[in-house]
Amino acid sequence: MTPTMPQTIAMTGGFVFDVAHLLAGGLVLVSLMMLYQRRLYALLNVFALHALVLTFSVAWQAYIQDAPHLYITAAIALVFKAIVIPLALHRMIVQLGIHREIETAGGVGLTMLLGMGLVALSTVIMLKVTSEADPLAREDLAFALSVVLLGLLVMVTRRNAVSQVVGFMSLENGLVLAATGAKGMPFVVEISVAFSILIAFIVIGIFLFRIRERFDTVDVQALDRFRGEMS
Amino acid sequence: MLIEFALIPVAGLLAVSLAAILAGGRPSISAPVYGASAILCALVAITGLAAMLGGGVSTTVLPVGLPWLGAHFRLDALAGFFLVVVGLGGAVASLYAIGYGRHEREPWRVLPFYSAFLGAMSLVVLADDAFSFLVSWEVMSLLSWALVLAHHRENENRRAGYVYLMMAGFGTMALLLAFGLLSGGSGGYAFDAMRETARTPAIAAAILALVLIGAGSKAGLVPLHVWLPLAHPAAPSHVSALMSGVMTKVAIYGFIRIVFDLVGLPSWWAAMVVLVLGGATAALGVLYALMQHDLKRLLAYHTVENIGIIFIGLGLALAFQSNHQTAGAALAFTAALFHVFNHSLFKSLLFFGSGAVLTATGERDMEHLGGLIHRMPATSIAFLIGCVAISALPPLNGFVSEWLTFQAILISPELPQWGLKLSIPTVGALLALSAALAAACFVKAYGITFLGRPRSKAAERAAEVDRFALSAMFILAGLCVLAGIFPGFVIDALAPAVASLVGGQMPTQTAVPWLSIVPIAESRSSYNGLLVFIFIAASATIAALAIHRLASRAFRRSDPWDCGFPSADPATQYTAGSFAQPIRRVFGTLVFAAREKVEMPPPGDTGPARLHVTLRDLIWDWLYQPVAIGVTVAATRLNALQFLTIRRYLALVFATLVLLLMVLALWS
Repeated sequence: MTPTMPQTIAMTGGFVFDVAHLLAGGLVLVSLMMLYQRRLYALLNVFALHALVLTFSVAWQAYIQDAPHLYITAAIALVFKAIVIPLALHRMIVQLGIHREIETAGGVGLTMLLGMGLVALSTVIMLKVTSEADPLAREDLAFALSVVLLGLLVMVTRRNAVSQVVGFMSLENGLVLAATGAKGMPFVVEISVAFSILIAFIVIGIFLFRIRERFDTVDVQALDRFRGEMS
Repeated sequence: MLIEFALIPVAGLLAVSLAAILAGGRPSISAPVYGASAILCALVAITGLAAMLGGGVSTTVLPVGLPWLGAHFRLDALAGFFLVVVGLGGAVASLYAIGYGRHEREPWRVLPFYSAFLGAMSLVVLADDAFSFLVSWEVMSLLSWALVLAHHRENENRRAGYVYLMMAGFGTMALLLAFGLLSGGSGGYAFDAMRETARTPAIAAAILALVLIGAGSKAGLVPLHVWLPLAHPAAPSHVSALMSGVMTKVAIYGFIRIVFDLVGLPSWWAAMVVLVLGGATAALGVLYALMQHDLKRLLAYHTVENIGIIFIGLGLALAFQSNHQTAGAALAFTAALFHVFNHSLFKSLLFFGSGAVLTATGERDMEHLGGLIHRMPATSIAFLIGCVAISALPPLNGFVSEWLTFQAILISPELPQWGLKLSIPTVGALLALSAALAAACFVKAYGITFLGRPRSKAAERAAEVDRFALSAMFILAGLCVLAGIFPGFVIDALAPAVASLVGGQMPTQTAVPWLSIVPIAESRSSYNGLLVFIFIAASATIAALAIHRLASRAFRRSDPWDCGFPSADPATQYTAGSFAQPIRRVFGTLVFAAREKVEMPPPGDTGPARLHVTLRDLIWDWLYQPVAIGVTVAATRLNALQFLTIRRYLALVFATLVLLLMVLALWS
């Protein structure tokens, strides 16, 4: 990636490609950052950054594809994912009184190695199975798959329900990236993705408070202990 | 045109079942349901006979089943022959059940399934695409399963139903895979498309293996026979007769249709596999039967033996066909079909007889029967004819088909492959052994059940059964005699079916003078059932007359010789166990791991000495038990997956996803 920053926006193929690449790659980078955040505040901040990078990426896609409806998607991403949801989760963890907790799930080194392996895997696969596709969409899909897999990895390595929610949301960001990267994706799909995020957020939020009411903690291990399982 | 005539009574049979469901299976509808089934089955049989003699092909496509595919049906000579078997068996069983069904305690567990079961069997025979075949097959299996569980309160029956359901599902799965291979990926599921498809020898071998499992498990081929002696006796007797006499034949139809018709020319080693399996089935089936003291279970094991004989015939036909020896193939195939017909006659007859004994005494265990010839004279005569026929004694029909099978074995030295040259005589020896043992087995079955003195109060109080049951038995007995005395007509009637599948037929038998049958040439062998019958009748009459005329009429009364043992208790008679003992001593240790233990009371003790015999089913122990244990162990291990933590479930999903992606990345 060679981020050349010209004064005027010259619509050359190489430049368009490079910026799209840069933003999508940035999303993967932020996903990797998410892996080693141990404090919940830091994790939420990184997630807000994740959504911000997604907003830029979607807006850039809207610009180069000349698809105005993608600006709406970008606006949704900015308002909800970068501002509302992180703020709401902030409030939530303060209310729950878990904002000082430190998670220790897996070693940082091992998790990072796994994450790098996943990025390599998704790149190999996508370059292989989409050999006839448009190169821009191709790279975009490879990055999107990496973000999805890294989101899953966050969900698997975390014990706290809030950080699992964050992992899930970053996974959804990957889906949005894939959806906007391909040309001609219907608007309805994006809307539905956005709404699904919102609903998932609400449901999980309510769910968290329920868990809290019952068990005085949002550590999902407590749930398992309640069921008589030790993990 | 004929196909419509066949489908209408079949639809009628299904409708009768619906009516029985709507009527709630009240006992009062028992006779109308069985009466209607009998008439409809007779129509099916008549249509089948017309198709079999006409030799033409009629097809139709009904707009039911899968969209854009429809249900294809076809009636040719082979299907016609099996329709005769199904229709005749169904009609006689329904007639029998008009009387027998009155004793049914819970008729609502039998009536709704009965006629649909008959209809489904006819549909299997008529089906002309894989979908309708498999649906009819599975409906047939499930309905017969429901009938097996008609008396579900007995523990043993529930176990039988469970084993049967497992085996039926397994068999249908094998058939499903076989049809998948037959269609060859082109998606042609109509049989016509399958006939056209070319396939490699490896695919053909895989299809043969799957069909042997699928149809063989339903027919009762060793080692897939285990469900059969459990399930057949569990059903009410007329259903036992249908399952043993007719449903196993439908399975054989499936085998013939796929292997002879759809797959194309077989290779000689395929014939050898079928032959060896047939020989093993015949010999083991009769040995198992000899060890049984339960009348219905004995008959069920005998079905296994007869299926073996039929498969020997089919294997011989394959062997000759693979070497383009049409005359031999026609002979062996005719023998197999003839035995299919014969077995459906005498096995139904014998099950009816055992049902009559069960009605009269409430007993299936031979050790509690005896002396029934005095109390049930008509039943005992019909049963005797069935016993003689199944033991392959001339002049009855069982002899003719086994004799034809032997004729085919005798011309096997003309085959070029050494594998066949060596294995066919071995199979012939097994066939001869099983024929002899079958005779011993039925001497035991008849002698212990009907002769001697009653071994229990129930046997003493037995009374003859109703006239419907008797007429059904005598119709079958009469057909056994007719087919035995005039086999030439049966062979000629089979000729179109044989010609359509092996491309040749036996010489026309009705052209041979004096009603003889000549399988190949007069110089080699010929048989005349009528002559044998007349000779037996004449010599028996003369002997009887001579004894009555020439013997002294003077008589004296005295005590019978009692072996120095003065007790006249019926328990001192020869028992079924003691009758089987010599054969158990010869074969038992090897085949059943039989153990005998004698418990002698110490001197001075007046208690009785006891003989304990333990028999083990080695196939069950070595083949089924390990599979059952393996499944249980795997299920116990996998059970832990039901109680994982949320994070572990997520990790499981994640790991699976990554694994699949890695496979995709490394592929090719």
